Amino acid sequence: MENLLSIFINSIFVGNILLAYFLGMCSFVAISRNMDSSIGLGFAVVFVLTITAPINWLIYNYLLAPGALSWAGFPEVDLSFLKFITFIAVIAVMVQAVEMVIDRFSPALYSSLGVFLPLIAVNCAILGTSLFMVERNYSFLESMVFGFGSGVGWMLAIVSMAAIRIKLRYASVPKGLEGFGITMIVTGLMAMGFMLFSGITL
Amino acid sequence: MKITQTQHFKAFSEPLIKSNPVFIQMLGICSALAVTVQLKTAIVMGLSLTFVLAFSNLIISMLRKVIPRNIRMIVELSVIATLVILADEVLRAFLYDISKQLSVFVGLIITNCIVMGRAETFALGNPPGLSFLDGLGNGAGYGSVLVAVAFIRELLGSGKLFGFSVIPNSFYNAGYENMGFMLLAPAAFIIIGLLVWLQKSIVKE
Repeated sequence: MENLLSIFINSIFVGNILLAYFLGMCSFVAISRNMDSSIGLGFAVVFVLTITAPINWLIYNYLLAPGALSWAGFPEVDLSFLKFITFIAVIAVMVQAVEMVIDRFSPALYSSLGVFLPLIAVNCAILGTSLFMVERNYSFLESMVFGFGSGVGWMLAIVSMAAIRIKLRYASVPKGLEGFGITMIVTGLMAMGFMLFSGITL
Repeated sequence: MKITQTQHFKAFSEPLIKSNPVFIQMLGICSALAVTVQLKTAIVMGLSLTFVLAFSNLIISMLRKVIPRNIRMIVELSVIATLVILADEVLRAFLYDISKQLSVFVGLIITNCIVMGRAETFALGNPPGLSFLDGLGNGAGYGSVLVAVAFIRELLGSGKLFGFSVIPNSFYNAGYENMGFMLLAPAAFIIIGLLVWLQKSIVKE
């Protein structure tokens, strides 16, 4: 339990997927202009990450990892080089499936999240989480918690950035720094703030 | 006609500075910055991305007339993913140490927005030769940003270039210290921000 809690806290603050590993920057820069979209995309990312991380865990550990196919009688087979293409396919399929399910059961949620779902398939944060999960040898439960925590961390970052950018509209920023430049520098300052959590150990 | 005015030259040279993929198109910052602590990893990353980008552009452009429009994303992704697997396996075979340091970031080239973005906006509408050059140009533009950031971070952060100490000992004796901050994540964001400022002031309309 403690272990899970520590992974959760760590993936939100210290190892924030966006601020410490730079994943999901493209949509972060583009979407944080608008508060409502940021919240919508944030929820969509949390949702998709929580689903794809454990599913990719199952696929990796029962099909791709070295020796994973021993249940089928092929103990020497190592398909781990296929993980990139498999993960991205799983993510694309899951995003599509989630989109259809939401459309069927909750049209209201669909109309607010719908536009963002296709964007997520190519969000580096999703693939990155699955790859980190493999690299760090998480267990099934850990990978689920890690997926959820990373999503929450990403959402926290994009929503606070959107809030900062609302304030920034009234600031007088040097000409060349407007837009992208100042966003980067503010993100850097935010990342510094998040690093302060690194002293916390559970 | 001078060589600098041909279409092919332009496809290659424009993305280097004028429409640099990172600064202007704001693409592909994602997986990149984490590898800029050292020059060595940054260069390898830049080269891998250039390879993937150039060949994915070439292949997708050759296939552009046979790919059905509504499944083009999947086709593009599988071409890109295949190239990334190739690059990853080659790195693992010949540059094992660096590939360990790059860890997941080689795999993340798949979702790097530059590759998808160039395939969508350029390769689908242009002949193979031109697309290949566009891929090379964008890869080089991206690589040059990586190298610039890595140069600053490695020099100021650990006083080294390519792993060799370049700051003379007399500096340290006189009280100079490495900036540990440069090795941390926030520094990369701030350096990119400042480089954008520099680039915008140089390339003024």
